[in-house]
Amino acid sequence: MRMAPVGANPVSVEVENVTVDYNGKVALHGASLQLRAGSICGLVGMNGSGKSTLFKAIMGFVPPSAGRVLIQGLPSRLVQKRSLVAYVPQAEEVDWNFPVSVWDVVMMGRYGYMNLLRIPGARDRQIVYDSLERVQMLEMRDRQIGELSGGQRKRAFLARALAQQGSVILLDEPFTGVDIKTEKTMIDLLLELKQQGHTILISTHDLASITTFCDQVVLINRTILAYGDISDVFTEENLARTFGGSVGKFLPES
Amino acid sequence: MDTLAIWQWLIAPLQYEFMIKALIVSAFVGAVCAFLSCYMTLKGWALMGDAVSHSVTPGVVLAYIFNLPYSIGAFVFGIGSVLAIGFIKSKTRIKEDTVIGLVFTGFFALGLVLISKNPSNVDLLHILFGNVLGISTGDMIQTFIIGSITLVTLLVLRKDLLLFCFDPTHARSIGINIVALHYILLGVLSLTIVAALQTVGIILVVAMLVTPGATAYLLTDHFDRMIPLAIASGVFSSVLGTYISYYLDGSTGGCIVVTQTLLFVVAMIFAPKYGLLKQRSGSPAAEIEGEA
Repeated sequence: MRMAPVGANPVSVEVENVTVDYNGKVALHGASLQLRAGSICGLVGMNGSGKSTLFKAIMGFVPPSAGRVLIQGLPSRLVQKRSLVAYVPQAEEVDWNFPVSVWDVVMMGRYGYMNLLRIPGARDRQIVYDSLERVQMLEMRDRQIGELSGGQRKRAFLARALAQQGSVILLDEPFTGVDIKTEKTMIDLLLELKQQGHTILISTHDLASITTFCDQVVLINRTILAYGDISDVFTEENLARTFGGSVGKFLPES
Repeated sequence: MDTLAIWQWLIAPLQYEFMIKALIVSAFVGAVCAFLSCYMTLKGWALMGDAVSHSVTPGVVLAYIFNLPYSIGAFVFGIGSVLAIGFIKSKTRIKEDTVIGLVFTGFFALGLVLISKNPSNVDLLHILFGNVLGISTGDMIQTFIIGSITLVTLLVLRKDLLLFCFDPTHARSIGINIVALHYILLGVLSLTIVAALQTVGIILVVAMLVTPGATAYLLTDHFDRMIPLAIASGVFSSVLGTYISYYLDGSTGGCIVVTQTLLFVVAMIFAPKYGLLKQRSGSPAAEIEGEA
């Protein structure tokens, strides 16, 4: 399936020995990680394990107290200026009563490319149209976002990530509250994006849902415990360290 | 009332210059406040508006004492309260609403002390409740300059501020400076309050900053329509309220805000999609709410 072996693609996300602390409280310690272009990586850990801190570090929101993060070799300021990292939020982070339509939300992915007044051009509209088409949400474009089902909401925000045309896409618990059919659509789309050279990082606490399509997994618990191929990483010992003993219910069926 | 009577009702007050001035100023202030109120409603900043409006009191008094334009004193203290709130919140473990309550009452109390020691300079009632019928040409010009700064800022940053309210994480990830937007919005809030002081006064200005936005929010799902709806309701209430206060010989600020509130109640009951009547009869909106 792969166009080229994963190992041959250039490194896209480079997290180098990163430590993040909030007012002296260490949230992430000595985390190192390399993600290549054209790969899908699962980020697995419990709540409070540092998953969202790692996301924030990759987006350049928290300055590491040690180490550094580079996206395509660039520091966070330039990464943001070029809209390189797209973030798909968890459902509960969004105010679904907000007076914006699906089209408006996807167009927000284009703001980084527009001038100060954020007036969309023909190209922006075309990209938004195409992005909506790819997630099969075109006919929903005029709906207020609160009028969508759980799966449609996810797809709307995925379309925004597509419209942003970032090379790195971060998804925060994307399969929570999503029906099987939407999950399948989303996975197919993620695989397609991977073929096109995107780097995709998916955070989840549910092991079973990601083993089928991820190239690599990262186990995280305040630091990166293990990362690499699923078969190497998902050992009983690693999972015990990740989930602190309560492994049984998280283990994927193999 | 036939058409002629309505016409006369509208025309009669216009023979007085003070009424013409009052109508122009209150309509303008109504429009500026209503535009900003869309963001205040969506961001949930009603309490912040209340805080800044009370905090400008000592600034107004000091400006009168030192013979400066009242708007400068008010603005300095408005921004001062915002910075004080931000500082205390970041340096202590106290929750934000407590900090806001603490700061604005402190500033307001200082204002009261200053007024009580300089009774001849300032009329407390005018600061508290506005005095648009007695507005001077100089104050009118100040109001227009300040209000125009707000209008231009909101027009230029309209979409960035919307994104800032809706999804600051995404805004930040594409290089939009949300800290700057946060302080710009607070700065514009301070300016708008200063502009509205003469019309409705410190106590009621927060109504101008939330009610039109809340009314419009019930009437539409589209932000681009929310702004004109809010402005229309703001201007309409300001003008009608000013007329009513003329005929009632009552508080102008009070009449404006009561009119706004009545408009809100009408919207709450009769809004086509989110009105109480619609919800009771089982609207699509209510059903979807149930699903989620």
